[in-house]
Amino acid sequence: MDLRFTDEENAFREEVRSFIRENLPKPVHAKMLEHRALSKDEVVSWQRILNARGWATPSWPAAWGGPGWTAVQRYIFLDELHQFPAPEPVSFNVSMIGPVIGTFGSDEQKARLLPRIANLDDWWCQGFSEPGAGSDLAALSTSAIRHGDHYVVNGTKMWQGMGHRADWMFTLVRTDPAAKKQAGISFLLIDMKSPGLSVQPIITIDGRHEVNSVFLDNVRVPVAQRVYLENKGWDVAKFLLGNERTGIARIGMSKYLIRRAKQIAAQVQDGDRTLAEDAGFRRRCAEIEVELKALEITQMRVLAAMGEHAEKPDPRSSILKIKGVELRQAASELLLRAAGPLALAAEGEYDPPNPEDAPADTEWGSTIAPVYFILRAASIYGGATEVQKNILAQAVLGLPK
Amino acid sequence: MDFDLADEQSLFKDAIDKLVQKEYGFEQRRRYAAEPEGWSRRVWSQLAEQGFLALPFDEAHGGLGYGPVELMLVNEALGRGLLLEPYLSTVVIAGGALRAGASDEQLALWVPQIAAGELLVSLAYLEKQSRYNLADVATRAELRDGEYRLSGTKIAVLHGDSADRLLVAARTAGARTDEEGISLFMVDADSAGLRRRGYRTQDGLRAADLILSDVAVPAANLVGRIGGGHALLQRASDYAIAALASEAVGCMQAALEMSVDYLKQRQQFGAPISRFQALQHHAADMLVEVEQARSMAMLAALVVDDVDEAERRKTLSAVKVQIGKSGRIVGQLAVQLHGGIGVTEEYAVGHYFKRLTMIESQFGDGEHHLTKIAAAGGFVSVTP
Repeated sequence: MDLRFTDEENAFREEVRSFIRENLPKPVHAKMLEHRALSKDEVVSWQRILNARGWATPSWPAAWGGPGWTAVQRYIFLDELHQFPAPEPVSFNVSMIGPVIGTFGSDEQKARLLPRIANLDDWWCQGFSEPGAGSDLAALSTSAIRHGDHYVVNGTKMWQGMGHRADWMFTLVRTDPAAKKQAGISFLLIDMKSPGLSVQPIITIDGRHEVNSVFLDNVRVPVAQRVYLENKGWDVAKFLLGNERTGIARIGMSKYLIRRAKQIAAQVQDGDRTLAEDAGFRRRCAEIEVELKALEITQMRVLAAMGEHAEKPDPRSSILKIKGVELRQAASELLLRAAGPLALAAEGEYDPPNPEDAPADTEWGSTIAPVYFILRAASIYGGATEVQKNILAQAVLGLPK
Repeated sequence: MDFDLADEQSLFKDAIDKLVQKEYGFEQRRRYAAEPEGWSRRVWSQLAEQGFLALPFDEAHGGLGYGPVELMLVNEALGRGLLLEPYLSTVVIAGGALRAGASDEQLALWVPQIAAGELLVSLAYLEKQSRYNLADVATRAELRDGEYRLSGTKIAVLHGDSADRLLVAARTAGARTDEEGISLFMVDADSAGLRRRGYRTQDGLRAADLILSDVAVPAANLVGRIGGGHALLQRASDYAIAALASEAVGCMQAALEMSVDYLKQRQQFGAPISRFQALQHHAADMLVEVEQARSMAMLAALVVDDVDEAERRKTLSAVKVQIGKSGRIVGQLAVQLHGGIGVTEEYAVGHYFKRLTMIESQFGDGEHHLTKIAAAGGFVSVTP
């Protein structure tokens, strides 16, 4: 038993770190440091910088044009991105639809789509949830009725992350209404420019526009855009949802949130000293850091096990999701606490600077509370904490469904 | 990174697991607790015969020369069985202090006796005012006519009532809380002027308070450098934390399995209560905590011999914090899931809960170690 990284792994970490330092555009880094939203161009250009280096698709094997990394390398890569912090490659492309096409796609689909997915030539979004199908995804009701070489699709999809930027949507639709729940579902690729498809923004509690509703009104989708067999889409969905869980604990993100909280605490005054000197604040930091340390080892243990049985998703990765989210949320509370009243002003609501007035230099505080607000979603999406607990109770502990 | 056990380590694990399974059912444990010393000499002999008492000591001194991973495996098994024998006190804690500071001659003399199960040693370091400060030692030792004379009071000496010898921390110089000036002495338990009051502890183990009144100790029984005992106490504490972590993991794993089994059997409202989601989620929470604690027990085994003292100490503090927190959650939920029988003496789960509770207050509780971690700047640096 040896819990340390090998020399090669440490060298790899150095290589990743210096690449990010040298290649992430400075304005993007500045925004990331302050938790600000990135423009589409900024995301695309960073993904292409990574792609030119062969690193845009961390989880892909070499056969798909990926780097063919081990689970540990993938973890290190993501950890460095999170800690810097730099944007992750777009997960809908890289972690979701890419592996689906690579695993279930036809040779033609692979050759045509994989390079475009990697380079973000096509931006993908996920069309799974519906108003009536959240955690119970198989309750979805969007229908696809076959007419010759097309399906005609009707229904409403929800929570399309960056759907307003997307060129394509991968989606689950019901192709056999008579079949029971999971049976009768198919996996379709839909062009976002299709007639009858419309996108409506959903503004989240952080005041930002990241997610959307997508309405499908008699949208015609060629049968050739179905992935895998008709009525077997649930198999694809299960694969997709269980597929890439390497970075699910997002430990690097929590570290960055704690680091920023400490940096803020070192600057803000609390009476005649800084907040960083407050014993209570320091202990609250330590409390989260301890759990994070433990989670780092737990993460390593799951990764090591994955290396041996790479095909099967490990139900213990639910532990990583539950704790990872809990700690990110706790770290964001710490950040909010550090900023205190400086987090009051809403983002983008400051008056334009008046050159006559001395600026108070507190505008940075306006992006703090949104971090805390939107992280409440992290225990809801990607399998809510309660769903993860069901998985642990049933798949690991053997309690009845 | 490699989380697998070497072949030899797996054999080790099998051997100790088998011994605990065979000898330490809950009813057997109850009988051992009723024996005169509050534990089983027969089990102790078996541990000696199979080499477990010799485990961490150097081969040169008559030990087996195994490392912290093997010790982790043994302690986890001891936790599963809630063993009452003085393994922690003799092999881990006193043994740890001896390994850190005793001379080759002393080790060559004592280790074979410990390994054979013939010598029990308990570290007497706590005093009623010292709480978790290892440097707070009021007991004094004076050199008179070529021998040391010890006077003072010690409390909560683990297995101090059955120990053959006591490794006593006494001040040979300095003020009460100075780190420098503490010395360790190997004291015969039947020395004139040494009074012991033994008692059962809340978790069913044994301990003793000591009163030393001008107890004579030969100069040859000074362990380590004169005045340099604090470092040895710290090493003993390092080993204790690592051992308690794996013992706690053994307790937690057993409590979890027991609770899951109980959920499956117990019927209420016409159905097994394992169907109730609220209870399933309690079990899932326990699993999360057990795995987090297990990760920290592994980390403890990795760092316990790390030469970077500041890093080692900070990490072991984190281990103790996590073990305390996980132990509290797992212990409380295990009792909760068992319902009424969970709070009875006759059922095992409550005894795991009690052991986990007492582990928290040994060698620094969570609050104590959190404060230390915070003072050391935590694990996330302000600048990357």
